[in-house]
Amino acid sequence: MQKTLVVVGNGMVGHRLVAAVRERDRAGEWRVVVFGEEARPAYDRVALTSYVDDWDAGRLALAEHDRDVEVRLGDPVVSIDRAACTVTSASGAVLGYDALVLATGSYPFVPPVPGHDLPGCHVYRTIDDLDGIRDYASRIRRGRRAALVVGGGLLGLEAAKALRDLGLSPHVVELAPWLMPLQVDAGGGALLRRLITDLDVTVHAGTGTKAIERDGERLVAKLGNGTELDVDLVVFAAGVRPRDSLAAAAGLALGERGGVVVDSACRTDDPHVWAVGECACVGGRVHGLVAPGYAMAEVVADRLLGGTATFAEADTATKLKLLGVDVASFGDAHARAEGALEVVLNDAVSGSYKKLVLSDDASTLLGGVLVGDASAYAALRPLVGRPVPVDPVGLLAGAEPAGTLPADAQVCSCHAVTRAAVDGAIAEGCADVPALKACTKAGTGCGSCVPMLKRLLGEAGVVQSKALCEHFTQSRVELFEIVRTTGVRTFSDLVARHGTGRGCDVCKPAVASMLASTGGGHVLDGEQAALQDTNDHFLANLQRNGTYSVVPRIPGGEITPHRLMVIAQVAQDYGLYTKITGGQRIDLFGARVEDLPAIWRRLVDAGFESGHAYGKALRTVKSCVGSTWCRYGVQDSVRMAIELELRYRGLRSPHKIKAGVSGCARECAEARGKDFGVIATEHGWNLYVAGNGGFTPRHAQLLVSDVDSATLVRLIDRFLMFYVRTADRLQRTSAWLESLDGGLDHLREVIVDDTLGVCADLEAAMARHVESYSDEWRGVLDDPDKLARFTSFVNAPGAPDPTVTFREERGQRVPVLLGVPEVVG
Amino acid sequence: MTVVCALSDLLPDRGAAALLPSGEQVALFRTGAGEVFALSNIDPFSRAAVLSRGIVGDLDGVPVVASPMHKQHFDLRTGTCVEDRAVSVRVYRVRVEAGQVVVAA
Repeated sequence: MQKTLVVVGNGMVGHRLVAAVRERDRAGEWRVVVFGEEARPAYDRVALTSYVDDWDAGRLALAEHDRDVEVRLGDPVVSIDRAACTVTSASGAVLGYDALVLATGSYPFVPPVPGHDLPGCHVYRTIDDLDGIRDYASRIRRGRRAALVVGGGLLGLEAAKALRDLGLSPHVVELAPWLMPLQVDAGGGALLRRLITDLDVTVHAGTGTKAIERDGERLVAKLGNGTELDVDLVVFAAGVRPRDSLAAAAGLALGERGGVVVDSACRTDDPHVWAVGECACVGGRVHGLVAPGYAMAEVVADRLLGGTATFAEADTATKLKLLGVDVASFGDAHARAEGALEVVLNDAVSGSYKKLVLSDDASTLLGGVLVGDASAYAALRPLVGRPVPVDPVGLLAGAEPAGTLPADAQVCSCHAVTRAAVDGAIAEGCADVPALKACTKAGTGCGSCVPMLKRLLGEAGVVQSKALCEHFTQSRVELFEIVRTTGVRTFSDLVARHGTGRGCDVCKPAVASMLASTGGGHVLDGEQAALQDTNDHFLANLQRNGTYSVVPRIPGGEITPHRLMVIAQVAQDYGLYTKITGGQRIDLFGARVEDLPAIWRRLVDAGFESGHAYGKALRTVKSCVGSTWCRYGVQDSVRMAIELELRYRGLRSPHKIKAGVSGCARECAEARGKDFGVIATEHGWNLYVAGNGGFTPRHAQLLVSDVDSATLVRLIDRFLMFYVRTADRLQRTSAWLESLDGGLDHLREVIVDDTLGVCADLEAAMARHVESYSDEWRGVLDDPDKLARFTSFVNAPGAPDPTVTFREERGQRVPVLLGVPEVVG
Repeated sequence: MTVVCALSDLLPDRGAAALLPSGEQVALFRTGAGEVFALSNIDPFSRAAVLSRGIVGDLDGVPVVASPMHKQHFDLRTGTCVEDRAVSVRVYRVRVEAGQVVVAA
């Protein structure tokens, strides 16, 4: 008989609990029902501040549960009947439970200052809160726009970032003498203040907010130190309080400062009721971070399935980027242990503050604070409570302590993965970070331990080889630079001078692509022909029966009826299966090798060009119909798509490139699912980069907003050429961006701000590509030597492959596969 | 013995298919080192007649062709699949006589 688990709350911890139960409950012991107050699916509240980047709530969504989990959104539980073991929801539903988990989280604390409830006063906790702030900010008249954030902790600084991104000048008021008093000490706080003040945030520390008053359309905030601030809106981010009223009404015990009292198994005094996350009071403490909440969720999931896990000590280590400033704090950051010693490296010139806290005999690491440069965090945090491996100053300066990291030290605190678990996964064959992520989950939470994962791989002797293949020790990026700068123009020359052996199916097409994107003439010229994959060799896409498909370019998806008829006639005459592609063009399947030239002769004569569907190259620039026809369109998206597709057609790249242009924010071209996506605004264009569909779909991220057409094209030139030069083989733009140190910020610095001084060169390289483009199929048709290769048999040029046969399905020809494999032992 | 083509019809490090009188298809390969090999043209994994269209190269010094369908490698000398040694394709005896490629079949 299946038991029912009711989870009250669909925040990060509630979500994690359900995921943990589902993962362990192989036998289907539990039916799981979740009640959530918010109407939207569970999302990553820790990343809330990034919502301001693109206002895309979908990007914050957490992984969906499997279908057996029943999630009731927008229907909070309003009462619990512990005697009957039932809950009642706002919609009136009554549901019995065998186990009840409270994961109701917390609510923002609003200090009771006069005026705290005036219009214009907000809190910062949910996506809806941010939408409210955005709506209010958009109604502020132009002019000087300022906002007050009450609270200078982690949440307050995140709110300040959001407000700054909305175009307001934030003031932050913090009662304590410095910012983030819970996480950092006075020295770190002082540097943090300096770095943040440089970013147009005014800090008022050591004072409180006395009152907020209305002054016409604005607000006046009166501070304890006598300062009066004219602001347009106020955000309270002065901490959170546990949401425990449901539990209180059900007669469950509460802690002194709130929170549902639970034991180390996270169980209340009612054996059927549990509490996890920010609403729980465990060991007399309420934890306001997600990592302890996750740990509690794992404990309860284990217990529900018969385990005996307990919640030990909360890991309150924190690492984050606030307004672009790295801040990390771990262990006994405030040196509260008796006799604790501090080692401080305060570099005012480079803007970094690093402190280690050691035991009184300097033998054990107790904690630390990092501000400005938190790169040492991944290595230091797991060492808390352990012997200091090298001298402390060396440790701060980045000496390598990983070798002495004990097996039971936690490498990933989000998923409680120890060094032993990581080493075990490496021993079982995980050879890179993505494999470790998939196998152990380490690094899939906040990601701060990824540098440590790399280091452990290195120590285990797993060479993070960037070698392209056994013939080249260089990475694709290095080989590209060799090709670009030395003028080597043939594979045989390259492998003789910089590699070994004769090459293979990995390095040959990769080098062919480099030769093509550095301006190498026709892809089938001379020796280059032998390097190409079969698709590039026959300028068509190999299908499962050995025939090929043909895709003419249809820029922007715009096509005249006449040309449509040409395609139809060719398909009809050659018996080609015809299908509309996702990229707004037409794919013709089942063409025999020897028919390809005749098919293309007719297409080229009608004005078609190769669509490069066969190449690692620009495929299509999809568009919506745009302002020419659409009632909602604000820009001519079709014209822009055609311009971009014609500009970048034929560009060979590490992987395929797809693009889209939408004529308004409704985004009918699905541009954000593309490697580069352009969305029209009232004032120009927004450019998004590094999205894709496929196996791991990703939304493209906003690079620049409201740029004019010329700027747009210039930035795409730089983006694509930078990608072509620096990505690994078969690395899509999204994975490439993820692998760039510094991610999107770094990309923006390089191709928008030109911090490396390479933009002129990137643009010149693209200009050469545009200049030298010519249609590959016309190049074949004009060259008898190239044409001669389009035969099935060298000794019977006109003969078709007799193994290729077709049958009919829904009025078209589809392949009949060979029944018996010709395998001879 | 069947004369299938001139050696000059084969591009170095590239394959070509030939149709034998029996209806069998052979994939002919001329390596950059000047050797000529002949295998069945049928890829045993996909069952399509495509091996001649694979990329020719070497792995650990062994001359191989990579199936263009799913990239398994076949030893040009023995026909054995490098990734799955239980699978192999037929090898044809082949030699070059007076500039002509001759297949024994």
